[in-house]
Amino acid sequence: MIEIRNLSKTYDSVQVLQAVNLTIERGGLTSIIGPNGAGKSTLLSIMARLLKPDAGSVRLDGMDVFATSGDVLAKRLSILRQDNSLAARLTVRDLVAFGRFPYGKGRLALADCEHIDRALAYLDLGPLEHRFLDELSGGQRQRAFVAMVLCQDTDFMLFDEPLNNLDVLHAVNMMGLLRRMARDLNKTVVVVLHDINFASCYSDQIVVMKEGRLDALGSPEAIIQKPVLERVYGTRFEIDMLRGQRIATYYG
Amino acid sequence: MIFLLIAALAAIAAFMLVGIRGNLSFVLPFRAWKLFSLLIVASSIAMSTVIFQTVTANRILTPSIMGFDALYALLQTLLIFFIGSVTVSAFEPSVLFFGEVCLMMGASLLLCRLLFTGRIRSLHLMLLIGIVAGSSFRSVSGFFQRVIDPTEFVVLQDRLFASFNSADRELSMISAIVFVVCCLLVWRLRHDLDVMSLGRDNAIALGVDHDRVVRLVLIVVSALVSISTALVGPVTFFGLLVASIAYALVPTARHVWTVPAAVLVGIISLVGGQTILERLFAFDTALSIIIEFLGGILFILMALRKTSR
Repeated sequence: MIEIRNLSKTYDSVQVLQAVNLTIERGGLTSIIGPNGAGKSTLLSIMARLLKPDAGSVRLDGMDVFATSGDVLAKRLSILRQDNSLAARLTVRDLVAFGRFPYGKGRLALADCEHIDRALAYLDLGPLEHRFLDELSGGQRQRAFVAMVLCQDTDFMLFDEPLNNLDVLHAVNMMGLLRRMARDLNKTVVVVLHDINFASCYSDQIVVMKEGRLDALGSPEAIIQKPVLERVYGTRFEIDMLRGQRIATYYG
Repeated sequence: MIFLLIAALAAIAAFMLVGIRGNLSFVLPFRAWKLFSLLIVASSIAMSTVIFQTVTANRILTPSIMGFDALYALLQTLLIFFIGSVTVSAFEPSVLFFGEVCLMMGASLLLCRLLFTGRIRSLHLMLLIGIVAGSSFRSVSGFFQRVIDPTEFVVLQDRLFASFNSADRELSMISAIVFVVCCLLVWRLRHDLDVMSLGRDNAIALGVDHDRVVRLVLIVVSALVSISTALVGPVTFFGLLVASIAYALVPTARHVWTVPAAVLVGIISLVGGQTILERLFAFDTALSIIIEFLGGILFILMALRKTSR
């Protein structure tokens, strides 16, 4: 269970998070949506202890993420950040292998190699495993980073826009994979998404953020509603039921 | 890697043996001491550059480009200026050196606290700040060197002047000890360093205590920079040159490979270059100029390539 209490954060006198309270139960896929600058990425970074809040706390199964030691947390919580450019030149496999670092501290056991192979297979990276990251397309690189996070095999997994740069096929596969993680392996998956319809079709719960506040929280049926989305995004929406799923159109 | 090792050994052998004549019992120890300090300098610069680049997650900035060695020169100048060469020379050299290294660590930690706390995201801005910091350190030392007493200046110059030819033995021994300690620390940190090359966020997410590793690495870097600057004076682009060559030669980013490779490349170019210049062409002090020339060109190329991306 992730408990976020009264989280506030200010960057250079701009308040990005204002007293956010949120509880995410164990298991299931939670999407965070909202307009640009709503504080989604900041919230995720603070949850993963990458950024210190000005006030408030984040607890993971009761552990304060800022008081617990880093290597303990690394076995419970993983995060994919939005911008992943590297100075070092690594192959896909080397990168994914870093996901096992919290367990072996740099030494790979046989079981670690199985994890690596599985993560590579999940993301369809087998044929690319010995290629260098800087020789890959943006989408392939994105998949490599997601594979690293999967390889870390933690109970809590945070993803900041995992669909960045992905084509339709890989985006669908990725969301399917994350949902399987949540349902079959009882992982707690939190995803920042831009595509409202992916959030609608794959989430167990949707968190809506606007101007640093938690605006709404609920099931896709409750959130993907014309009044909610129009109020949050400030543009016209139409919601249609297509084969049992709520699809938003907003192309004007 | 084996090729590099052989080339490094060949460079060392050439340095010891080419053009040898006269009294062997004088020439060999004489050359051996010189070789010893060259090896320490090459290895310290190479290692400090690689680990510095790792914790700052870039491949252009190096300790010397960021003004670390200018900082060392400034500390030396201030020391002589305010305390006086007589008092300074009265200290046991090892104690003095140790004190200088500590001062240096303090100062560079401060410098880095300002630069690498994540507030400055642009590499080019950082580069600019480093260059400005470096040149202001140099100007301030220049100023004090002008107003200092002329006899004091001679002492100072002796302590600072860059040369791969003169390096005294006691200093070499102390440096070797410091170097070995640094190596042990880096060896213990090697896996953490590998993770650090993924950048701050990924390192924290994978459970590395990022701030602690950065602090340790900066301490090691300050010690190594102090060693090399104390032995031969500031060399700006040597580190960049050897680190870049090492990255290009080794097919992995793991520090178990990149650090030794950079050290070997450093030894080859320093010892080999010195041999060629000294023995074959009978030049004497031009090596640092050539290294700076090549390194400077490389630096400009890398900075330009980074911009065009």
